[in-house]
Amino acid sequence: MGLTLTWLSVIILIPLAGLFLKTFELSPDQFWGILTSRRTLNALKISFGLAFAAALVNLVMGTIIVWALVRYRFPGRRLFDAIVDIPFALPTAVAGVALTSLFAQKGWLGAPLAELGIKVAFTPVGIFVAMIFIGIPFVVRTVQPVLIDLDAEIEEAAASLGANRWHTVFRVILPSLIPALLTGFALAFARAVGEYGSVIFIAGNLPNVSEIAPLLIVIRLSEFRYADATAIAVVMLVASFLIIFAVNRLQRWAQVRIPAH
Amino acid sequence: MNQPQSYLSSARSDLRSEPRLVRALIIAIAVIFLTVFVVLPLVVVFAQAFSKGVGAYFAALSDPEALSAIRLTLWVAAISVSLNLIFGLVAAWAIAKFDFRGKTFLISLIDLPFSVSPVISGLVFVLLFGAQGYWGPWLQSHNVHVLFAVPGIALATIFVTFPFVARALIPLMQEQGTQEEEAAVSLGASGLQTFFRVTLPNIKWGVLYGVLLCNARAMGEFGAVSVVSGHIRGETNTMPLLVEILYNEYQFISSFAIASLLAMLALITLVAKTFLERHLDEGQLPRGN
Repeated sequence: MGLTLTWLSVIILIPLAGLFLKTFELSPDQFWGILTSRRTLNALKISFGLAFAAALVNLVMGTIIVWALVRYRFPGRRLFDAIVDIPFALPTAVAGVALTSLFAQKGWLGAPLAELGIKVAFTPVGIFVAMIFIGIPFVVRTVQPVLIDLDAEIEEAAASLGANRWHTVFRVILPSLIPALLTGFALAFARAVGEYGSVIFIAGNLPNVSEIAPLLIVIRLSEFRYADATAIAVVMLVASFLIIFAVNRLQRWAQVRIPAH
Repeated sequence: MNQPQSYLSSARSDLRSEPRLVRALIIAIAVIFLTVFVVLPLVVVFAQAFSKGVGAYFAALSDPEALSAIRLTLWVAAISVSLNLIFGLVAAWAIAKFDFRGKTFLISLIDLPFSVSPVISGLVFVLLFGAQGYWGPWLQSHNVHVLFAVPGIALATIFVTFPFVARALIPLMQEQGTQEEEAAVSLGASGLQTFFRVTLPNIKWGVLYGVLLCNARAMGEFGAVSVVSGHIRGETNTMPLLVEILYNEYQFISSFAIASLLAMLALITLVAKTFLERHLDEGQLPRGN
């Protein structure tokens, strides 16, 4: 017990407390000034906005992938099931250079896209793509067990009561997946907001255009503007606290809705 | 994991399935999406690494800078995995086998590094040990180097890999309950004997699982380590950091060669993880109640 608490406080509590203490060294005006400066605001907007959009894509695509993996049998299904975990396992720097070279103008996907007039690498679209990559396993792995455990009889009841397949899926199955879907969405969003390694290579990192908030923290640190770095970090940290809190509430809600087996 | 497919259920299955066209469409979307977003990036790493042949690949890997990065990465992983293994065992033991106030708070604290941006994980150590940090000046006057040196890299890595072992063990130990330990103690076993002879054998697959994931993350961590490392060539560059530096210098073969080692680590980790998950599932079956 004692060892747990000591180790926990040395490694987690003290560093985090240091972060908040450093923020209190700033006056409210200074703090507010840093956060509302144009570059900071834009970086936060880019990180949160694109992470939200990417999490939405992951929500839809993740649901389709889970559906295919759980409900259908097709060649390579187990392989694709295993592949979903690659974004978890692949170091972010490796993902970053790989995605960049894939979507660069001469890359395997970048070249055909460039002919269509779509530029991905070194634009905000690139950030979006990297955030989709990093978030997809969160939705799949949260929703998958819930869909597997879903009672077949509810669907059969709906069908035998005359609901067509479309109605059964959208009125019966998807509503019971909502807590899991929202949890997966929140986890993918949280990860994408804080993501650094897989994004910075493909982003282009133009201030105000394609500069994410974590990168701005790194830049401020390298300029020894610790106060700026700390203020941005505190905002992001509070946001991730709120997301964890929301996820915990969601999971409690799910347990109430679906009684444990 | 597989649903039981009896003849009875296949007779009813048309009630639970979609028209053939819809089915084909959903499978196609899933397969294309995963191929484009997940498989291709992985393939591109190896294609780039070997694009100038096997000779160039191995030449890139035997470069002194690459070797020193590999050595540092292995060291840092060894340090952080072993410390987090000890902590994870103790934390999971405390949380699963005892009741105390503030348990939920403790669990969310353990989870915290998962949801914090890696850059922030690095930043907190800069604030503590940096030249303008709380302990920086004192450390400097005593000539102790934490930041931009191996201790800082190890600390940041420990921080980000903190949850893995504990997270793998808590549900497993909770499920197993305390009966076996109680039996051991009532038969006269000491605390340590109970732990090493009863608890540990029961959770060995879970321990391996946690160590595996912890190690993969420790070797691959980029954001947090990048902030505290200082990028001193041949001294404080881990493998992921060297991937970045070489890439930015347009040394693509070398960069992707090292990236390919990390990608192989990821693949091996995934295969081992699937194997361990099977063992964990089996181990849990007889304990259903």
